[in-house]
Amino acid sequence: MLADSDRIFTNLYGTGDWRLAGARARGDWSGTKDLIAKGEDWIIDEMKQSGLRGRGGAGFPTGMKWSFMPKKSDGRPQFLVVNADEGEPGTCKDRDMMRHDPHKLLEGCLLAGFAMRCQAAYIYIRGELIREAEVLQAAIDEAYDAGLIGKNACGSGYDFDIFVHRGAGAYICGEEMALIESLEGKPGKPRLKPPFPAASGVWGCPTTVNNVETIAVAPAILRRGAKWFASFGRPNNTGTKVFCISGHVNAPCNVEESMSIPMRELIEKHAGGVRGGWDNLLAVIPGGSSTPLIPKSVCDTVLMDFDALRDVKSGLGTAAVIVMDKSTDLIKAIARLAKFYMHESCGQCTPCREGTGWLWRMLERMARGDAKVEEIDLLLDVANEIDGHTICALGDAAAWPIQGLIRHFRPMIEERILPKRLRPLPNAAE
Amino acid sequence: MSAKVEAFTFSAENVAKAKVIVAKYPSGKHQSALLPLLDLAQRQHGGWLPRAAMDHVAAFLGLAPIRVYEVATFYTMYNLKPVGTHHVQVCTTTPCWLRGSDQVVDACRKRLGVDVGETTPDGKFTLSEVECLAACVNAPVAWIGDDFYEDLDGASMTKLLDDIAAGKQPKPGPQVKRQTSAPISGAKTLTKNS
Repeated sequence: MLADSDRIFTNLYGTGDWRLAGARARGDWSGTKDLIAKGEDWIIDEMKQSGLRGRGGAGFPTGMKWSFMPKKSDGRPQFLVVNADEGEPGTCKDRDMMRHDPHKLLEGCLLAGFAMRCQAAYIYIRGELIREAEVLQAAIDEAYDAGLIGKNACGSGYDFDIFVHRGAGAYICGEEMALIESLEGKPGKPRLKPPFPAASGVWGCPTTVNNVETIAVAPAILRRGAKWFASFGRPNNTGTKVFCISGHVNAPCNVEESMSIPMRELIEKHAGGVRGGWDNLLAVIPGGSSTPLIPKSVCDTVLMDFDALRDVKSGLGTAAVIVMDKSTDLIKAIARLAKFYMHESCGQCTPCREGTGWLWRMLERMARGDAKVEEIDLLLDVANEIDGHTICALGDAAAWPIQGLIRHFRPMIEERILPKRLRPLPNAAE
Repeated sequence: MSAKVEAFTFSAENVAKAKVIVAKYPSGKHQSALLPLLDLAQRQHGGWLPRAAMDHVAAFLGLAPIRVYEVATFYTMYNLKPVGTHHVQVCTTTPCWLRGSDQVVDACRKRLGVDVGETTPDGKFTLSEVECLAACVNAPVAWIGDDFYEDLDGASMTKLLDDIAAGKQPKPGPQVKRQTSAPISGAKTLTKNS
């Protein structure tokens, strides 16, 4: 088990003081000026060496992303945007970081912003997290008062502002281009890429969008060294990671652990084990609702990291582990996710706008057994027609859970359908 | 209720707040303040946005009204119809559903005597289902006012509504004995932290 001394989020559960005094006692904002003095290139190189991959779901190497920002300004200001629009079902880690350890995020904003020559950071927090936005704003006010941000931040000679921007209830705004549209005061409809944000992001200016956790771990990496961070996990899957374990476990929780921890160990050591014991496990959604579920046989041995979960046709995503025991109606569980994606589709692309509704309606019928066996292939076909055919990844995310369900549990769906097979049935889209 | 023509202008206090919000964004990029200003307007107008409020915000920011309507209709947190004094929004997405959100919704129906999407005749409570609230390790979750109430079941949800109806302010967060997102059995990590 990861030692407490190697944990970055030492106030994850909010037992300590989140304010500046408490944060300083935990080591935040110490020697920030010295880190800035080492220069932009040193910071970006250290981030590359640490192996940190983005914590928002896609796992893109952070140091490389930071290096995409223009080195010389063409006159346009540059911006850091923090994606705090946490809403991937199963995921609740950024919330804890913002309400219990906000100064880690703010210090990270300054260091990342400096390294990318940004003049300001905008933290886009989902609208429902009202109390968390209040804490964040209070922490920002404290940081300004203490001279840590603003003009001559930390006495470094660098000017840097941080603002909180609240969303208004749209999962799609967690997609970086939709988030940028929303930050501009528009409906959250993703833009086509290219241009990528580093070329033209918010207000047409070079922008980098990073997840809360990605930015919040940066100060610890720079202070303790890339080698320290890279000593956890496996090559290409390094560092510590906050996992959210929900569903049918005895003690759901958030916990920071080493990357590449075996899934079984994570669930049994930290979340009290599967309800009714490990043998009562049916399936796990390992990285938030978008990642395809994996059956118990895979869960027995799989490691919790990007590559291991990709190899079993799923993904680490946001590291939100949703556990389902044998009492679960899996078709209903996935149908509810399909309803979520239907509700959250922005409606721009036809395959997603129409297809997510198809998926939900077909799955609801299958959950009741009101379907033909051949329709399982039709369902898969609809999912495949959405996957990869939309502007943003919401369409893919809607398709993957269904592809996972059919991949591993087709016989279960057939079993549900067969007893009712002889009755007259509606057509697919009804 | 709908026959009444609503009027809206920002209060003096909210004009000051709105100016602070607009100043967060680069000069000329005041449209960025639209989402927070609609929230401000909704709070001032008892939890919903009549067309007059949207038009006022449009005029305040110098935007064409359509720019405001298309935002107000896109985001779920803007209520375009009146809601009860207490808007009870229960999450029913899979992580909450796995831990019994159906029972929580049923408890609300029974206690309030209304179905999802309806408001009690006295105008005190509106019941809604909401999508994932990002508090999944504390499922099931309900969002009332500005707070989350977590680790609910049918009985604790009923008690919560009883308390609110009686004018009390129940304590937000886990409704079981538990430190935020730590395991209910007690934290196994960060145990020395005070």
